Amino acid sequence: MLSNTGNFLLSLNILLSALIIYYSYNNLKTSDDLISQKVFKISILQSTSILICFFTLVSAFLVSDFSLITVYQNSHTLKPIFYKISGTWGNHEGSLLLWVIILTLFSFLFLIYNRKHPKNYRLYTLIIQNFLILGFLFFILFNSNPFSLISPSPNEGLGLNPILQDPALAIHPPLLYVGFVGSSIYFSAAIASMITNYADKSFAKSIKSWVLISWSFQTLGILVGSIWAYYELGWGGFWFWDPVENASLLPWFAMTALLHSLLVLERRNVLYFWSIILCLLTFILSVTGTFLVRSGILNSVHTFANDPTRGIYILAFLSIMILVAVYILFLKYKPANVEINSNSKETFVLVNNWFMMFYLITVLLGTLYPIFTDAISNNKISVGPPFYNSVIIPVVIVFLFFMAIGPNAKWIKNKFIDLKIYSLIILAAVLLNFIIFFFFKSYSIISNLIVISSLFLILSSIMDIFKKISFNFPRVVSHLSFGFLILFIGLNHNFSIEKDFNLKIGETKQIDNFKFHLKDLKLVQDTNYKAVIGSLKVNDLLSKEERVLKPEIRIYDNPQTLTYEASIQTNFIRDYYLTMSNIDRSDYYNIKFQKKPLMIWIWISVAMLSLGGFLSLLRHAKYN
Amino acid sequence: MLPKKVKKRASLLAIFLLASVLGVFLILNTLNKNILYFNSPTDIKISQDINYNKKIRIGGMVKKNTLEINNHEIKFIITDFKNEISVSFKGTIPNLFAEGKGVVAEGILKDKRFFEADRILAKHDENYMPPELKNILSDNAK
Repeated sequence: MLSNTGNFLLSLNILLSALIIYYSYNNLKTSDDLISQKVFKISILQSTSILICFFTLVSAFLVSDFSLITVYQNSHTLKPIFYKISGTWGNHEGSLLLWVIILTLFSFLFLIYNRKHPKNYRLYTLIIQNFLILGFLFFILFNSNPFSLISPSPNEGLGLNPILQDPALAIHPPLLYVGFVGSSIYFSAAIASMITNYADKSFAKSIKSWVLISWSFQTLGILVGSIWAYYELGWGGFWFWDPVENASLLPWFAMTALLHSLLVLERRNVLYFWSIILCLLTFILSVTGTFLVRSGILNSVHTFANDPTRGIYILAFLSIMILVAVYILFLKYKPANVEINSNSKETFVLVNNWFMMFYLITVLLGTLYPIFTDAISNNKISVGPPFYNSVIIPVVIVFLFFMAIGPNAKWIKNKFIDLKIYSLIILAAVLLNFIIFFFFKSYSIISNLIVISSLFLILSSIMDIFKKISFNFPRVVSHLSFGFLILFIGLNHNFSIEKDFNLKIGETKQIDNFKFHLKDLKLVQDTNYKAVIGSLKVNDLLSKEERVLKPEIRIYDNPQTLTYEASIQTNFIRDYYLTMSNIDRSDYYNIKFQKKPLMIWIWISVAMLSLGGFLSLLRHAKYN
Repeated sequence: MLPKKVKKRASLLAIFLLASVLGVFLILNTLNKNILYFNSPTDIKISQDINYNKKIRIGGMVKKNTLEINNHEIKFIITDFKNEISVSFKGTIPNLFAEGKGVVAEGILKDKRFFEADRILAKHDENYMPPELKNILSDNAK
């Protein structure tokens, strides 16, 4: 029943998208500046029916309808209700349905929220967006159908991978999808803008909100993913430069560059084609990331079951998308004839864009390089975190200085009048840096520079609040929190302590100024797993701090899996992080203990960064 | 004498080009220094030119009944069903590491039969296997 409903709704959506394209196309030629009511009505219908389709799948998960392959493979009757729901998008098929929902909703919202803009521009955006929707609907229906039946219908499902049964990971995909699937709407708008020659500052105004929305959600999505990786994967880090993480970061760089170049387009009416390229690039990178992850071409830690036909379909879709976009770009491209002063705000924004492109190329090369060497020389290689760290970190130092100075530059022609203030700020930053390092007794040139440059950004952002009568508050929030982010990452990285050792029950071990004692183990039965909970006393002999940490070893029933749950104690100064694992036929427990300073502030900084985006959205809505 | 505008534009372009070349050089150079080669125990055995100072990755199955733990390290054997290599490791093993399951160890080769790992890679999925490993194992199983 649910399968039929779902398939019917998917087919209906194909029909509706085709109708929207047809009516919009006819509507292009009408002389008045009104979009026909038909287009609006079908759009409402389209959004409603895709939502119902999604709820059909959710209910299939809720009632555990194992006649659907997707439900059978990813759910279980004993799974908590929350994870039954989140299981809907915790798999390849369901997550693609989420793709289409966001494509569709953004298409509808863009249509109704842009009444001030020319009719044909809106209609073309709608047409192109619906071609994207069609592409994904066909993919879902014929290759990755969440409503496919299995017969005979099994009595029990296989269950969701236990490490995906987690609140952070339940909200991670929707957040991230609003981010990078949301970028589709300015991909469509960019093409529409080129076709209709709607190429001035009002184009920038029409897409700015959408760029801000997708950027803020993308930032939040990445944050939630990192937090999850931090407490669930058990190695205590939050960024691994894994291909999947990189795939989410690539569109983020493009979006960030776009966000800044739009400022120039909005203000000075230049950089139009560059902004268009960034619009196209953002969504192209989003689809590329999906292709890399879902096709299984890259060695990644994500669990989507791989299927080469999926890869081929996405690759074909991606190629068509790129070809069309590039073709229209070449057709319409006119070299701009505007002189930009080398000392002006415009140049600073361009500098931001260069940096973003540099990061983007670095991460893209690192991610794709293993594929090339495998294809060319058959050498299996991987590119590890040291590559990214040693390329990106030195560049970030310079970047932070520009980020501090740039926003205060004047449009058109700038003069440095604040040199005195900047020298004072840098002096303060250097001083603070040495206080920090004197206090912690550790030294490396690069970490000193990172701390100094981030302090420089922080201090000058704070100065901005006091200096000007009217300042751009959202910008200050974002730049300030980015400065804090780099500062906290730098300090955290430099002053983390890690101890690995093996311990028997009742045994005590002292390493440097830490004393560890494994008191006992308890066996606990939960609804869908058994857990061995250790009770480990940690004594910091320096600060006289004593804590009991309770790491777990969990044995899940469906599917049969063993996982190690970290025990984390957070406060505003530091995190204690401890994992315990066990090996059969031995009394020893394998323990990893970490003391990570200022961990929580890293999360707060990223949340604030994203908040800056939302605030900017409000500001934009208020003035336009 | 060129007009001032042209001169300015040319110098900007030169700076931009120089920065790009420098950037690309920096990226590629670092990339070359930081790639990790992936080997199976058989690759190690037949390889003629092993660099004993460079980090590599070794992948295969954790051989059944070879896992040992004492109070300072963990030992096990990685096998690709043809050849095997002993691994010692100080540190914590990741989720889903077990005998008879796939594993990727990162570290330095001491000699052709002994590997000192400083990291064992996590797998998120009990059924998941890195593509490199899958190919090697399915070739050897034939």
